[in-house]
Amino acid sequence: MNIVVCVKQTPDTAATLTVQSGKVSWGDAPLVINPWDEYAVEQALRTKEAHGGKVTALSLGPEQAREALKHALAMGCDEAILVSDPAFEGGDSLVVSKALAAAIQKIGSIDLAFFGRQAVDSETALMGAQVARRLGWPSLSLVAAVAALDPAAKTITVERMLDEGRQVVRSPLPAAMSVVKEINEPRYPSFMGIRKASKAEIPVWTAAALGLDSVPAPVLSWPEIIAPPKVEIQCEIIQGASVDEIAAKLADRLIQEKVI
Amino acid sequence: MAQKVIAYIDNFNGAATASSWEALGAARHVAEAIGGGVGAVILGQGVEGLAKEAFEHGADEVLLADAPGLKDFRPEPYASLLAQAARQSSAEVIIMPTSGRTRELGGMTAVDLETGVTPDVIAFEVQGGAVVATRPVYGGKLLTKEVCLKARPHILTLRSRAFPKPELSAGKSGTITRLEGASEAKTEVVEYKASGGGVSLTDAAVIVSGGRGVANNPKLTPPSEIADEKQQEIWRAQQGFSMIRDLAAVLKAAVGASRAAVDAGYIPYVHQVGQTGKVVSPDVYVACGISGAIQHQAGMRTAKTIVAINKDAEAPIFKIARFGVVGDMHEVVPALTKALKERLGR
Repeated sequence: MNIVVCVKQTPDTAATLTVQSGKVSWGDAPLVINPWDEYAVEQALRTKEAHGGKVTALSLGPEQAREALKHALAMGCDEAILVSDPAFEGGDSLVVSKALAAAIQKIGSIDLAFFGRQAVDSETALMGAQVARRLGWPSLSLVAAVAALDPAAKTITVERMLDEGRQVVRSPLPAAMSVVKEINEPRYPSFMGIRKASKAEIPVWTAAALGLDSVPAPVLSWPEIIAPPKVEIQCEIIQGASVDEIAAKLADRLIQEKVI
Repeated sequence: MAQKVIAYIDNFNGAATASSWEALGAARHVAEAIGGGVGAVILGQGVEGLAKEAFEHGADEVLLADAPGLKDFRPEPYASLLAQAARQSSAEVIIMPTSGRTRELGGMTAVDLETGVTPDVIAFEVQGGAVVATRPVYGGKLLTKEVCLKARPHILTLRSRAFPKPELSAGKSGTITRLEGASEAKTEVVEYKASGGGVSLTDAAVIVSGGRGVANNPKLTPPSEIADEKQQEIWRAQQGFSMIRDLAAVLKAAVGASRAAVDAGYIPYVHQVGQTGKVVSPDVYVACGISGAIQHQAGMRTAKTIVAINKDAEAPIFKIARFGVVGDMHEVVPALTKALKERLGR
């Protein structure tokens, strides 16, 4: 199995965010591998461990996104490639999906491309499906379990988590899939893995290296980014002499205020 | 006929999802602002009956593909048909509800049309013929405005329950135009396994959620055959969640959970509300034994009214709650269930 896993570097979810002259700042908070992508890396590694092959971690971002790739290498990925070019800066999902699809094509003969469900910064949850569309591959999103994988027959059967229940889908390979956190428990990087990752060579592929002579300008723009207005809510604490009295008062208040 | 705004009617087993009509209502709003009509795209098998519902919810035209090959949503043929409908209509805007299906559909259609897609929109305005959409980013800690000026159509998926349902005009009808030539699906749906989750979280008007606190009922003694400590904890949690289910039943509510409860193995992930679970906007959110970590708030902060029941008076959940009870949920929840049962006659 020749496997790719796409990862993104994001601010830590515990970071305090501020907006300064239209730019988002997370202060001293660390940049980490997008937490959802750890599940994708784990699933890529498990797939390789079960069926053999190679896992390449791929990230599009600035030079510092190397750190996210090093995390993926430390978890056990065989190789990593950074897709980076000033032309990709400020790119929307159309631009990023084009670059990632071109990188996957350049690696060549990929059977499976893994994605996290979404990135915790941009929150679009579009990338797996858009890259799949560009490659002409089936998209399997919201995958909660892999029921069967037959590398010889080039088929995979997965369980997808929809609002209506679990949908079992059979697909030919190659395919792109995005995973939800129920699929596995990501491993921690091992000490050996961290050492190996710190020495790893991570090549940079520019737009030109990907054969993208002209990178289209993003079609989307973001005229304003703001912190949501603080809503001052005065919590009305319901008190009483007994639990039954408190419950009765709360029920009455909820009905009075037409909450229910 | 060319309709400038297209609403996509998301359906499952031949029934439209409730939030599809919210999308249709929003489409009407945009059409009035930019001038032009509203086309509703309905794709599937045995879905022709939805056309009548779409007209009554405000569509001027229905663009319909009803074919055996379209049974079970698959993004590939659906995206081809939606892109075709958009080209045929020279659509300026496509609006769809946000669901597990439409994230793929919106993303793929955007690739086909080389255009922009804005997911999970919570508000928008129309300025100079373009939609300026607002959506949460960074787990809802920030809001961004997003506009698509360099391509058409702008595709939007709306957060469930963030927009009103349009008024029904009974008996209203319109023209049905058939879309032909769906590409073949690459994948095959083998079966559905029911989630057993009851009311769907994203569509629910009321949600009752449990957190880590569901397992902390000091009055319970696990049956002696459960010796393992972790299993005892899970047994306690299940008793706690059964109280939450009873309250949910009285309120006709969906059952949610915090990440802490899911990670501890108390309840399946499908119930998780928060940054790494589902994002919900119910009318009422009752948080039981949930402290209200920022990641949980990311998934429920937009609820109209939050009711918090927690032992710890300092828990952050009380900062966003309209009503609060400082007390043990194992006492308060059953008492509240009883009080509401009497008052609501359920």
